[in-house]
Amino acid sequence: MKIGVFVCHCGSNIAGTVDVAGVAQAAKNFPEVAFATDLLYSCSEPGQEAIVQAVQEHDLDGVVVAACTPRMHEPTFRRAVERAGLNRYMFEMANIREHCSWVGKDKDANTRKASDLVLQAVEKLRFDRPLQAKSFDINKRVLVVGGGVAGIQAALDCADGGLEVVLLEKTSTIGGKMAKLDKTFPTVDCSSCILGPKMVDVSMHPNITLYAYAELESVEGYVGNFEVSVKKKATYVDWDKCTGCGLCMEKCPSKKAYDAFNEGIAPTRAINIPFPQAIPKRAVIDPTYCRQFIKGKCGVCAKVCPTEAIDYEMQDSFVQEKVGAVITATGYDLFDYRKYGEYGGGRYPDVITSMQYERLLNASGPTGGHIQRPSDGREPKKVVFIQCVGSRDKSVDRPYCSGFCCMYTAKQTILTKDHIPDSQSYVFYMDIRAPGKMYDEFTRRAMEEYGAQYIRGRVSQVYPYKDSLIVRGVDTLLGSQVEIEADLVVLAVGAEASRGASELAEKLRISYDAYGFYMESHPKLRPVETNTAGVYLAGACQGSKDIPASVGQGSAAAAKVLALFSKDQLESDPQVALVSQARCVGCGKCVQTCPFGAIQLAEDRAGNPKAEVIETVCQGCGLCTVTCPQSAIQLQHFTDNQILAEVNALCQQAMEESFES
Amino acid sequence: MSPELSYAYYPGCSGLSTSKDYEISTRAVCRALGIKLQEIPDWSCCGSTPAHTVDHVFSAALSARNLSLAEQMGSDTVITPCPSCLTNLKVAAHRMEQEPAFQQEVNRHLQEPCVNTVQVKSVLQALIQDLGPEAIAKQVEKPLSGLKIAPYYGCIMNRPPEVMDFDDPENPVAMDEILRGLGAEVLPYPLKVECCGASYGVARKDVVMQLSGKLLDLADSLGADAIATACPLCQMNLDLRQDQINAALKRSFRLPVFYYTQLMGLAFGLEEKDLLLNKLNVPAGPALAKMQQAAEAAAEQDAQTKEQ
Repeated sequence: MKIGVFVCHCGSNIAGTVDVAGVAQAAKNFPEVAFATDLLYSCSEPGQEAIVQAVQEHDLDGVVVAACTPRMHEPTFRRAVERAGLNRYMFEMANIREHCSWVGKDKDANTRKASDLVLQAVEKLRFDRPLQAKSFDINKRVLVVGGGVAGIQAALDCADGGLEVVLLEKTSTIGGKMAKLDKTFPTVDCSSCILGPKMVDVSMHPNITLYAYAELESVEGYVGNFEVSVKKKATYVDWDKCTGCGLCMEKCPSKKAYDAFNEGIAPTRAINIPFPQAIPKRAVIDPTYCRQFIKGKCGVCAKVCPTEAIDYEMQDSFVQEKVGAVITATGYDLFDYRKYGEYGGGRYPDVITSMQYERLLNASGPTGGHIQRPSDGREPKKVVFIQCVGSRDKSVDRPYCSGFCCMYTAKQTILTKDHIPDSQSYVFYMDIRAPGKMYDEFTRRAMEEYGAQYIRGRVSQVYPYKDSLIVRGVDTLLGSQVEIEADLVVLAVGAEASRGASELAEKLRISYDAYGFYMESHPKLRPVETNTAGVYLAGACQGSKDIPASVGQGSAAAAKVLALFSKDQLESDPQVALVSQARCVGCGKCVQTCPFGAIQLAEDRAGNPKAEVIETVCQGCGLCTVTCPQSAIQLQHFTDNQILAEVNALCQQAMEESFES
Repeated sequence: MSPELSYAYYPGCSGLSTSKDYEISTRAVCRALGIKLQEIPDWSCCGSTPAHTVDHVFSAALSARNLSLAEQMGSDTVITPCPSCLTNLKVAAHRMEQEPAFQQEVNRHLQEPCVNTVQVKSVLQALIQDLGPEAIAKQVEKPLSGLKIAPYYGCIMNRPPEVMDFDDPENPVAMDEILRGLGAEVLPYPLKVECCGASYGVARKDVVMQLSGKLLDLADSLGADAIATACPLCQMNLDLRQDQINAALKRSFRLPVFYYTQLMGLAFGLEEKDLLLNKLNVPAGPALAKMQQAAEAAAEQDAQTKEQ
């Protein structure tokens, strides 16, 4: 075998702390290495060409590139060796950047470590065999999880592109957070007026199947062939019969139910349609408040329903769907305003969240769009907004900026002035973050045209005094304390990962960060992909973002799915388990161990039981290989021999030395 | 009642002088509840403000000396009524735990090194956590029915939370629970942990007038008959300086400012020698008389309804 080794400078990323020429020189003495050199940027076009040329000139059988992480450029170099006429699996990568040059400053030690990593790759490559990918059919349907604006956009784009879409929404209507908003920044246009038509499009689109009040129960399978189980939660109303007339809601005697859509600002009925433009416009019974469920008698809704849609006996049901890709658009939740005891959220009725304020501003909200204090219904004249409530604060484990609060607060000051012309708004802020198109102009407008008083500083305390709330804080520009007697205090709560985000991530086998936001495959270059093939991200589930960014990501995720489905077949990864028929005794341990159901028991020609791997289902995790008592099952490209060769490469010398001493 | 409770007791210097009423009533209440207080023999200054402003090691050494004495008594917990002492003792113990080098330096000043094994608590914390509000309520003989109280904790008993590790740092409720158990009406007093001006009373009296004035004003606006405190310095600013505040702010507050232990003693039916109510600057008489009247009126009404 003739092996070529290419050691990358990566500019100064590697060469700064590793003697790359020295590593290349050392590699010349490694077993079966026929050629070794260093390259300035091996991933660049001249770098790749140098590899191709060297393969051809020196008649190489395999290539080792010592550079960055394989997560970054393994596909790049595999394509290069393929261009040179080799099998793409006759290639190994040694990570001497993330695992070496970036973590240590001692150049000598780094150089020794880099050489060791190259030797390890060379030893593994000596056991590499050419592998061939197989093709498999794909199911060109897509599942979109979450019916907020990002999910709606993704669903519509996919459906318009000719794909069949299954859209899942956990509440009884799509629309998400955007449907709750009164107006949107920086245009101050009506939120439900621009979202409403899109929601109707979803309900009318022949390619979209909508499951509202439903959640993802489980996911099996792999890119191109996922099988998902959808839990349709019991609504206690037969939606095929319900016409959304609302008569049940009008007559329901249980009037103290929690109104999630209105953020608890006013109670609602136990049977409920959240808002007039709801899609689907169907009623749901909340059994925690319904008298039929609590007391066992009532039945008013069943009596008044003109279509006899009420069904108190309804149970959760499950639907199975087959799809080829999944877009998660599960959005965010709001920071719990009670966590700041000093602001009194939850203790004082006139300290509310920004989302509750949206519902007070909204014409279809509980006050009909009239701003009223929750305590006494009085119209507030002085409104204080406190920004960064649950953003940029390590003490509550929310060190990140939520990104949209500065903008919606500016919008709310403008709306406050529009609703109550003789009102005055005050905004306590840390910094104004308004980097979008027309965003900074918008915040200036709030200050200059609408007279909102912006005070740079934090609030130390809010407390009730007679009929008002005293807001005490600091003005860091004046260097003095300020105290404002306010009628209403609005807390600009930040974004958190939505509740249940981590459980869903585990079902989808995608990763999430310390705060529960889903991890994109690459923060710059693969913003809507995950590290699980066929699963994409859209909207705030990946990190807090505003409406334009969420819509943009929804479309981007749809484009990714459309590109994936532009082929009829996908290539399977040949790095999968393979059974040696001669060694297998048919014990079936691997069948039980495999988490993907990728191994089945078959019979050989003599009728003996033998394990058999379904290549398209196998994920190459390697669990079966360590389970097999006969070592009969081996993971291609990561065989026991290869792992041992790597261990020997690193440990042989140390082991021999320890025996000698 | 749990007769097992026994603590090393650190009275603090103000307990022997300005807050003698706090000290005497604390001891009396604990006696009534069967809590054994073993005064730390030969205790010294905790090292609060004066020492602390000059040298942190010296200040911590003063605290550590007292903790070391408690260790020698074989006690595992020290309790003190004074929040300033509490803070200094706890800060010293906390820092010694975090920084072994600091502990070594502190111990160089001490004849008997402090191993730092004893826990430090306020009397309030011991009452609410170790004894529990039910046991306290059981001891009540003369409920404080009809007495509207603004509970005021002061700024340092609960803060910083990582050191004090007791109750909600922004909205503590321990004293509320005890007072409610005594039968009093506890008002939702929002400035529970606000600064009263503390020792600014010496250097900048005007600051105390404003800050303590605000506390009195809020209590007054809520219709309080009295304020309950747990801190000698807070009590002094609100009570002893109330006439000065009235003069400075042109107000006429007449709010008695009790130590919560005095109120407990009252409800337990203890005698004046155990309460020292006569030490209060703003007399407690009118508030207690009002409470008495309210109680009698209620009893009368009760009797009438029964007759009918």
